[in-house]
Amino acid sequence: MYEQFKARAEGVGAEVYRFKDREGALAFILPFLHEEGGAAPPHSCAVWAESPFLEGLDREPLREVAGIRFEVSREAAAAARVGITQAEWALADTGTLVQDQTAVEQRLASSLTDIHIALLPTGNIIPDKIALLSKIDPRASRYIAFITGPSRTADIERVLTIGVHGPERLVIVCVDDMGGPAR
Amino acid sequence: MKKEFRESIGRAVGNATLTGALGKFSEAYKVNRAKAYEGIDFEALRSTIAERKSHAAANLELLAETFANNAEALGAKVFRTNDPEQVKEYILKVAQAHDVKSVVKSKSMATEEIHLNAFLEKAGIAVGETDLGEWIIQLAGQKPSHMVMPAIHMTKEEVADLFSKEVDERIENDIPRLVKVARKELRAKFLKADMGISGANIAVAETGSLVLVTNEGNARLVTTLPKVHVALVGIEKLVERFDDIVPILTALPRSATAQLLTSYVSIISGPTPTTDGALKDLHIVLMDNRRSEMANDPKFKQALQCIRCGSCLNVCPIFRLVGGHVFGSIYTGGIGTILTAWFEELHNSEDIQGLCIQCGNCKEICPGKLDIPEMIMEIRRRLVMEKGQPLAQKAIFGIVNNRALFHGMLRAASIAGKPFNSGGFIRHLPLFLSDLTDGRSLPAIAAEPFRDRFPTIQQPADCRETAVFFAGCLIDFAYPEMGEALVRIMNRAGIRVVFPEAQTCCGAPARYSGAYEVAGQNAMDNIQALLADQAEYVVSACPTCTVALAHEFGDTLESLGHREWLPQATALAEKTVDFSTLVKRLVDAGRLTLKEGQQLGALTYHDSCHLKRTLRATEPPRELLRAAGYEVKEMFECDMCCGMGGSYSMKLPELSAPILQRKLHNIKETGAPVVAMDCPGCVMQIRGGFDQDRADVKVKHTVELLAERLES
Ligand code: SF4
Ligand code: SF4
Repeated sequence: MYEQFKARAEGVGAEVYRFKDREGALAFILPFLHEEGGAAPPHSCAVWAESPFLEGLDREPLREVAGIRFEVSREAAAAARVGITQAEWALADTGTLVQDQTAVEQRLASSLTDIHIALLPTGNIIPDKIALLSKIDPRASRYIAFITGPSRTADIERVLTIGVHGPERLVIVCVDDMGGPAR
Repeated sequence: MKKEFRESIGRAVGNATLTGALGKFSEAYKVNRAKAYEGIDFEALRSTIAERKSHAAANLELLAETFANNAEALGAKVFRTNDPEQVKEYILKVAQAHDVKSVVKSKSMATEEIHLNAFLEKAGIAVGETDLGEWIIQLAGQKPSHMVMPAIHMTKEEVADLFSKEVDERIENDIPRLVKVARKELRAKFLKADMGISGANIAVAETGSLVLVTNEGNARLVTTLPKVHVALVGIEKLVERFDDIVPILTALPRSATAQLLTSYVSIISGPTPTTDGALKDLHIVLMDNRRSEMANDPKFKQALQCIRCGSCLNVCPIFRLVGGHVFGSIYTGGIGTILTAWFEELHNSEDIQGLCIQCGNCKEICPGKLDIPEMIMEIRRRLVMEKGQPLAQKAIFGIVNNRALFHGMLRAASIAGKPFNSGGFIRHLPLFLSDLTDGRSLPAIAAEPFRDRFPTIQQPADCRETAVFFAGCLIDFAYPEMGEALVRIMNRAGIRVVFPEAQTCCGAPARYSGAYEVAGQNAMDNIQALLADQAEYVVSACPTCTVALAHEFGDTLESLGHREWLPQATALAEKTVDFSTLVKRLVDAGRLTLKEGQQLGALTYHDSCHLKRTLRATEPPRELLRAAGYEVKEMFECDMCCGMGGSYSMKLPELSAPILQRKLHNIKETGAPVVAMDCPGCVMQIRGGFDQDRADVKVKHTVELLAERLES
């Protein structure tokens, strides 16, 4: 399932990585932020919206490393180079992430930034939309977002161009063991 | 046809940027779409969509009410109206109540349908389109030229000029750079907008949810950043259940842009928190604007199954030549013609309905299973009913309706045509075959029509079956040798051919012009003539005639209220078969044998529209020609219309000619010295084209090629 998801997601321009646990993922994310966050202002910070990944994690050292903000305001998100959110599900047949983004911070972090890092519990990759139907409920989740690759357009001379209004890069970080029960 | 309309066609066809972009796009689209649908049973998928959407269309009132209740229970405000004026006033009221100065919009056809932007701007509210293509169009002060790619008619140079003016700085013609400029400019607008306006691709009654599908991510910002969100939803977007979104989301991106899924799909159910913690003010406007009326019309209710994917435009031979602007309205192409006739008024479709050549390409790929050509014919019929036929047409059909006079004139034409005869072609044909021969010669009327030759044909006495031959005007009066070849083949299979003298025009020209009375008279005359003899088959070598006999007589007569004719129309339909299908059956049954071991070289095959898409006979002629010893080398777009379309080539030669040129080019590219086809109309078009083009390609009806190859 993971292989199909990775192939389909990469097929539409996403970058897909897989790590055993949170430590492994952090060892990838922090240098990534360091590098991207080193860019000139105003895009010098990252926003990390509330995620199960962060539960029980000591955030203080994170702030030091990359100047991450965990309070996601419009201004912070608009100024951030990178936004991090956590998707609940992924669809293998189309390479799609699915996330309940009812909380506005989740949308800001994943739509205003240049780069969206999406965390994903590897075990939550499911085959397709049909399999998803029993897992989402629009009555409980007011804003369900499907994200498939970076923002794109072909509106000028039909030339595919990445990064119009949404992120120009989508980096998917799959984590096999999120610590604690998988959602 | 109005003069301005004709001129707009000329401008569009002459616009190399437009036709180049659309042409390349449509060629690439076909390949990419096929790839996107790999592993998917498209027929099953579209049957599901058609079934769910038609169920919704049949229950619009109930669904709208359920939707409204459910969305309101979640905290949305729902406003329902049939009247576009009320929609605009409602939205303005909401805007004024929130002291809205600026609005950001994501792409919504419904808002364009009612010209919402202009209305709000007049009230002093700035409206910004945020879909890149729509924004370009807005800056240029134009209308979108394509449902999915609104600015496909513009070059990057033109876009750079527009952007430079907008940001007051010279911007280069580099596409990624232009996109960056748009991102920056529009980002500022997003952040300061007080209201977001969107449409919806689906509205789910069961859960009160809106589903928005985009690639750029603008809909996410439109629905997230401003405090107020207004969604304008045409009620045809309603589906009953939440799981109905699955088939639509499976088909829409694949059909629209050949993607497995668009970058973003947002499912919004009720208001969500805004950045200052309060709940968003969410207004959903359910607009009818004659959609319910459409749902109650037996001929047009299927139009509500449309999911607005735009794929019918991408495969349309006419659309790819003219683009969207000639349609003069928001909705373009074949589907646009239908929507314009309803959402504006029937009269507004008068010119544009004539653009459809009835090739059926759109019907094949429509994920909502709409029969666009059929609905366009119905528009023609209603226009003729309302306004009567144009005078010239009336005169022609007056003649076609009188068999003796019609045939008399065709005979006379063979004499009148003589002085211009050169190698079987004349430059001018009298009568309704007019003198517009742009890029194509027309055949001479035969000196001796098939009906005069038939009695002299010696047929074997010991035939065990009988076939009634329906020649059709072209074989009868222009290509009698095709008829003779058919008789030879039938005889060889032990079938005696009868040719009822009283047969007349199949009525297709009249029907396709909306002149149903004339078509009905033709149908009755032919039913009588063709059922008079006892016969196992009624065979025709013209697919248009075969379709008339097998599929249209009943419909024409029924729509005229002549129900008493229906049993006979059905009896005729059941016996009717096209030439290649019948011959293939006879060969398979061992009743006909083609000479074995022949090496006849390469040949390419052109699929005629009616044969392929209504009669569904693509393989029989190919298999027969292969069995005869030809190597079939497929041409690019073998099933694309040749531009003939009956009288279409006379009415709109400026469109027919480039379509023909493309066909000739594709034929020549194969290098095959022969092109075969099953339709005398296509033979007339393509032979005439090669006659002027002077390329050495033989254009043959399958019947002629096979008649030479029979084992005695
Ligand atoms: S008519 Fe069919 S093909 Fe055309 S836009 Fe509608 S659904 Fe798509
Ligand atoms: S039938 Fe052919 S010409 Fe008419 S709208 Fe459909 S694709 Fe276009």
